[in-house]
Amino acid sequence: MVAEPVDVAVIGAGPAGLACATRAAQAGLSVVLLDEQETVGGQIYRAIERSDAQRREILGPDYVAGAALAAEFARSGAAYVPNASVWQVTRERSVHYLKDGKVGSFEAKRVVLATGALERPFPIPGWTLPGVLTAGAAQILLKSAGEVPMEPPVLVGCGPLLYLLGWQYVRAGVPIRALVDTTRNDDRWRAKRHLLSALRAWPDLRKGLQLIRTLREAGVPIHEAADDLRIEGAPGEDGTERAHALSFSVRGVPQRIEANVILLHQGVVPNTQFSWSLRAAHRWDDAQLCFTPQTDSWGELDVTGIFVAGDGGGIAGAKAAQAQGEVTALAIIAQLEAIDQATRDRAAGPLLRRLADARRIRPFLDSLYRPRDENRVPQDDVVVCRCEEVSAGEVRRIVALGCEGPNQAKSFGRCGMGPCQGRMCGLTVTELIADARKVPPASVGYYRIRPPIKPLTLGELAGE
Amino acid sequence: MNSAVANEADVLVIGGGLHGSSSAFFLASRGARVTVLEADYVGRHASGVNAGGVRTLGRPLPEIPLALMSREIWHNIVETIGDDAGFVASGQMKIAESEAELDECRARVALLEAHGFAHEKIIDRASVLELEPALAPHVTGAIWVEQDGYALPYRTTAAFRRAAQAREAVFHEGTPVQRIEQRGERWYAQTPSGTFSAGHLVVTAGAWAGELAQQVGEPVPVYPEGLMLMVTHRVAPFCRSTLGATGRPLSFKQFDNGTVVIGGKLIGIADLPGRHGEVDFARLVRSANTVVDLFPHLRHLGINRAWAGVEALTSDSLPVISPSRRASNLTYSFGYCASGFQLGPGCGKLVSELVLDGVASLPLDAFAIDRFGAVATA
Repeated sequence: MVAEPVDVAVIGAGPAGLACATRAAQAGLSVVLLDEQETVGGQIYRAIERSDAQRREILGPDYVAGAALAAEFARSGAAYVPNASVWQVTRERSVHYLKDGKVGSFEAKRVVLATGALERPFPIPGWTLPGVLTAGAAQILLKSAGEVPMEPPVLVGCGPLLYLLGWQYVRAGVPIRALVDTTRNDDRWRAKRHLLSALRAWPDLRKGLQLIRTLREAGVPIHEAADDLRIEGAPGEDGTERAHALSFSVRGVPQRIEANVILLHQGVVPNTQFSWSLRAAHRWDDAQLCFTPQTDSWGELDVTGIFVAGDGGGIAGAKAAQAQGEVTALAIIAQLEAIDQATRDRAAGPLLRRLADARRIRPFLDSLYRPRDENRVPQDDVVVCRCEEVSAGEVRRIVALGCEGPNQAKSFGRCGMGPCQGRMCGLTVTELIADARKVPPASVGYYRIRPPIKPLTLGELAGE
Repeated sequence: MNSAVANEADVLVIGGGLHGSSSAFFLASRGARVTVLEADYVGRHASGVNAGGVRTLGRPLPEIPLALMSREIWHNIVETIGDDAGFVASGQMKIAESEAELDECRARVALLEAHGFAHEKIIDRASVLELEPALAPHVTGAIWVEQDGYALPYRTTAAFRRAAQAREAVFHEGTPVQRIEQRGERWYAQTPSGTFSAGHLVVTAGAWAGELAQQVGEPVPVYPEGLMLMVTHRVAPFCRSTLGATGRPLSFKQFDNGTVVIGGKLIGIADLPGRHGEVDFARLVRSANTVVDLFPHLRHLGINRAWAGVEALTSDSLPVISPSRRASNLTYSFGYCASGFQLGPGCGKLVSELVLDGVASLPLDAFAIDRFGAVATA
């Protein structure tokens, strides 16, 4: 493996990565942007350069906003490596990737992790049945291929992405069986404390209210304050069990909706696989119920020369990610001495204000759409680690045997040791162990994440 | 050092790896009151993350009696500690890939026979392929040890710990020992959670043991290495025995769940103060090549994870299993040079003999702490 030298390697072509790579390249640095997809845009602007007018009309103005960013990146002079999955970043800033079955490497002076967010696991009874998808996955199908469910779906959970998907389905003429919302009145009371600061982000707030109003006006049945969620299975045409109905209760009254497609969502969390694998310091964010990497105000980790930009450093959305990508680029440009610190600070001023503005709505949203305890720390019979099929009860059993954290859970019972490397179960297992031990999640910690972060075969590593 | 020491025991064991847990188990089984101090958690480092080879095959001559004695315990592991530790007597095989390599194997077996050891046997190409039909056809023969196998490292260490606890041994995790000191005959160990004291001290601290021996004034040429392993996704069963190669480094086994663990003394990066082993993928390329040469059908098998455990290596590739030559009531057992897993049960027993009887039931001269001569102190 001969590594190519480069000033800046940016991983992830969402808003943070695009903005960062563009700004750094405009300053004359040699920049490479690596991304897993065929085209730029990340999850939020997925396939933005390929979407036609009809799809843009369905997906709405927040999606179309990505087109300008993508165009500016294309003109910036930054190198772009699509279809590249980065499987290891070292503390010495080697970036190893796989493209078309071949491994390659960059030696970067600075590395920017702009790997965005993942959907939070939603471990309820039946969540692993065929026919159950995350809302995010369904939305990616809509953005990249214009695909919609074959049968009317039930949308379950809470959070902006869930309502946005519903709104997009309505605009696409897709019938929705129901929206089953887990948000309750006490969530609204809690959120009201943050309303004043959220009001300064009034356009975002208004947009959110409009989404739900559109669903109501379209006649989508909306059930609020749902708890005791359970997905029921039944044999499908080929005899295997698949999702057949959602049962839940509202203020103690049992409800049941038959549906073969169930879309779950309860928010997104930072994708921290790289920052954990680099052994960077992380902190538990009790408002967002997740770990976030600790950085300075420019996004630099406690691993020299490695930065995090965008939702990977804490969920704040696309506008914040874009501003943060530019802020990080400025820090790097100054570190590599293309500008002095005063120039950096002058240029960063308006960006930091934009970043602060974009973050103002978060305490309100985090509070309003805080996923319920019962939907994060499941009952015993629910599978938490899908790869190795480890149930919540099994995790509780090994805690009773003396398992104090996720890494011992791996060793005790293979939890988190499957192909997804704990991406799907990490936060669930942390919170489950914390709950069983009656200690805060921060003192339980997280899985040690080991490379390869993305799939790599023996033959590919062997260079065949 | 504060004089009010509440944490009294007969024996203080520093290091809660397999050797510490096994030593604690055998000591406690004979009625000693044992306290184990572990800096991280039990089985965190080499003991919990090694390849799990239960291997007498290929050991240096002085280790062979110990390995054969330990093998007896492995074959009675359920009766001993009440857990099967995931032990499977799958056999271990060291493959020759050319006539010259097979000659090397023959010479090795002849040497062992001259010393009266008959556990390693030469098998021909046909027998190799009969035992392991998925192997590439270029193999020429092998050394075969039928009674070797593999076990689950973390489970083994945890099972020894639980068995020791059932015999009243006390384990303190997250309790790193900062200083050891002898006053009169008694030993004292300072930790952030207080001072522990016992009549006898046992040091089973792996890569971190050198620092403690240094404190006693008997430095050992022991250095840490990050030994790398990788594990694949699950694949249908195709290989029963644990494999090594003669001409190139390899340790290879398929576990019951279908995953394949690949290693073979691959040196990564050891961060001793950071208590972490780091992977160097460039050096794993060679193992990947070896594996796809021997099992071409694994070319498309995904690597799930690669990691490194921090091991203690010595200048002569043998461990230190020895009473102190400088102080009384002090016993060492460390520096197993990435081959200590199989020896864990047996050496725990030998340590208990050194502590309680003053002498072990097998000769340990080759493992004496003063065998290295003058060592430059760091």
